[in-house]
Amino acid sequence: MTAVTMGKAINMGLRRALEDAAKVLVMGEDVGKLGGVFRVTDGLQKDFGEERVIDTPLAESGIIGTAVGLAMRGYRPVCEIQFDGFVFPGFDQIVSQVAKLRYRSQGRVPMPIVIRIPFGGGIGAVEHHSESPEAYFVHTAGLKVVSCSNPADAYWMIQQAIRSDDPIVFFEPKRRYHDKAEVDVEASPAPLHDARVIRPGQHCTVVCWGPMVRTSLDAATAAAEEGTELEVIDLRSLSPMDLAPVYDSVQRTGRLVVVNESPRTAGLPGEIATLVTERCFYHLEAPVLRVTGFDAPYPPARAEDSFLPDLDRVLDAVDRSLAY
Amino acid sequence: MTVDSMTASPRQGTDCVQLLTPEGERVRPPGYENVEFSADELRNFYRDFVLIRRIDTEATALQRQGELGIWASLLGQEAAQVGSARALRPDDYVFPTYREHGAAWCRGIDPIRLLGLYRGVDHGDWDPAEYNFGLYTIVIGAQCLHAAGYAMGMMRDGADGAVLAYFGDGASAQGDVNESFIWAGVFNAPVVFFCQNNQWAISVPLQRQTRTPLYKRAEGFGFPGIQVDGNDVLAVHEVTKRALQNAREGNGPALIEAVTYRMGAHTTNDDPTRYRIAGEVEEWRLKDPIERVRVYLARNGLVDQAFFDSIEEEANDLAATLRKQCLALPDPDPMRVFSEVYAESSPLLDEEREQFARYLASFEGGAQ
Repeated sequence: MTAVTMGKAINMGLRRALEDAAKVLVMGEDVGKLGGVFRVTDGLQKDFGEERVIDTPLAESGIIGTAVGLAMRGYRPVCEIQFDGFVFPGFDQIVSQVAKLRYRSQGRVPMPIVIRIPFGGGIGAVEHHSESPEAYFVHTAGLKVVSCSNPADAYWMIQQAIRSDDPIVFFEPKRRYHDKAEVDVEASPAPLHDARVIRPGQHCTVVCWGPMVRTSLDAATAAAEEGTELEVIDLRSLSPMDLAPVYDSVQRTGRLVVVNESPRTAGLPGEIATLVTERCFYHLEAPVLRVTGFDAPYPPARAEDSFLPDLDRVLDAVDRSLAY
Repeated sequence: MTVDSMTASPRQGTDCVQLLTPEGERVRPPGYENVEFSADELRNFYRDFVLIRRIDTEATALQRQGELGIWASLLGQEAAQVGSARALRPDDYVFPTYREHGAAWCRGIDPIRLLGLYRGVDHGDWDPAEYNFGLYTIVIGAQCLHAAGYAMGMMRDGADGAVLAYFGDGASAQGDVNESFIWAGVFNAPVVFFCQNNQWAISVPLQRQTRTPLYKRAEGFGFPGIQVDGNDVLAVHEVTKRALQNAREGNGPALIEAVTYRMGAHTTNDDPTRYRIAGEVEEWRLKDPIERVRVYLARNGLVDQAFFDSIEEEANDLAATLRKQCLALPDPDPMRVFSEVYAESSPLLDEEREQFARYLASFEGGAQ
């Protein structure tokens, strides 16, 4: 096993998917010669050719809409949307067509499409390059939504997403692309839609995904120094959500903090809080607390540290929870 | 120079292809001198026309009687649809919008399937792969991108079919339609874009959608555009046949603008008397696509009265059957709302389904 970055791990996963099935296509802006703006598709066109790794015109609706036609023809397109804030021109095709064709056709027209979206802030980018729009997609029936947080998951989850017969919006935390860890390419991966307890603890449960997993783990390390043990759960899949480990955990800890970069109102933490309240009401020692971005557009880069949840804001929420 | 004098008319141009005049006269413009149609072909066009118009009339009546939630009439557009759809080979693939009842008929789809959609019992209950005819697409223009992608897939597969994408003059303003032109152009995809320019996007006239004749847009995307008299089934058929064949031979996409007219409302929900003048409708009534074929057949002795009578009878039978079938369409099972949302279901959705099933069962006598 060698340590690779998360970006490289996705690249390796895409490569293996392209090798395994001739119907898999990679398509998007700059995915060919350049290897993507984050180099996630680096070298794939060279090895699989322009017919399999397709540099498309610059139009997101076109990328998704033509992928729909290709999927109807039996292909399994993996579309890259260059940045989170650019998915909106393709939003209609995703939520009105990709999400609904199976249902509309009662299973006759499956949509095995993966839509990769580098998302989230923390890289000092200009506007429209740092958004966390996952709730829009989770709100749309017919789509599945996942987010990887580390190289091993990234390697396996991208392959599992491509194998899925359901359309999957695949959120990649761009500020973690360069995080390195070992990837066991022979491993038996967890099922794509399973959440995972990645650090056990007894005092408070912290649920997170994507870029906030690293932040939450750092918070858990810091809390441990003061004798507070956080149980950190990486949700991994946002639709469907696997909340069984969360219920188990909350029934032991009695407390839950949900961490997410998106604006707070009508975001996923609110949904998680509701589900946990419905099922764990008599176990809760404190209300479910949310640590999120603010109900404001993403700020200029030099203010993003104020917007993004960090270790201290997570610890502050934990303290508030423990104070009940 | 005024703005008006700089503006090309978006309406019918002088190079609009026509092979059969509104008066039923056969004409032979340059490039089409040797186009011939057999008597059988002409009779079949006529039969398609009458049956489709009857389906449309019956569906409109059913809507008025509360049996359909809504209906999008194709009245006046029969030639554009029959002419183009009859130019297809079985292995070609069609992406329709929501008004292609004539094209669906030509592909062999039972009209009751169309009524099911408008009655609200399903979202279109035919297998697209069986008829090579996609499901109706309600979001304007979205299907043109699917058509371009499907055509790219055909090309990759080495299949020698082509794709026909229907859309309207209103859709020509959509980004998706223009993006599909770009994709088809740069990838040389075998797709024929077939615009039924019926002059109105609900209440908004063509002049508010475009400043230039629609077929001329093709040049800017790098492929041929051609304007055809959309109420002339012969011209539509010939032009579409050539474009499809050209696409199959690897020469890329084409845009056909069929100049036609929506004689009725956009759907049974709107009232065209609010936005267009009676004179315009009367003008187009004289260009009726069915009448000119009828005149041509009769005047040239290709049919007798018995032919017309037998088709009339067939149409009456079809309408009666359709009405009976429509009234017999069962409402979907309440649990149908959960069906086929995902290939691999989701635990939270499963839970909702179970809760709803328990709720239904809690009533006396169970779910029904």
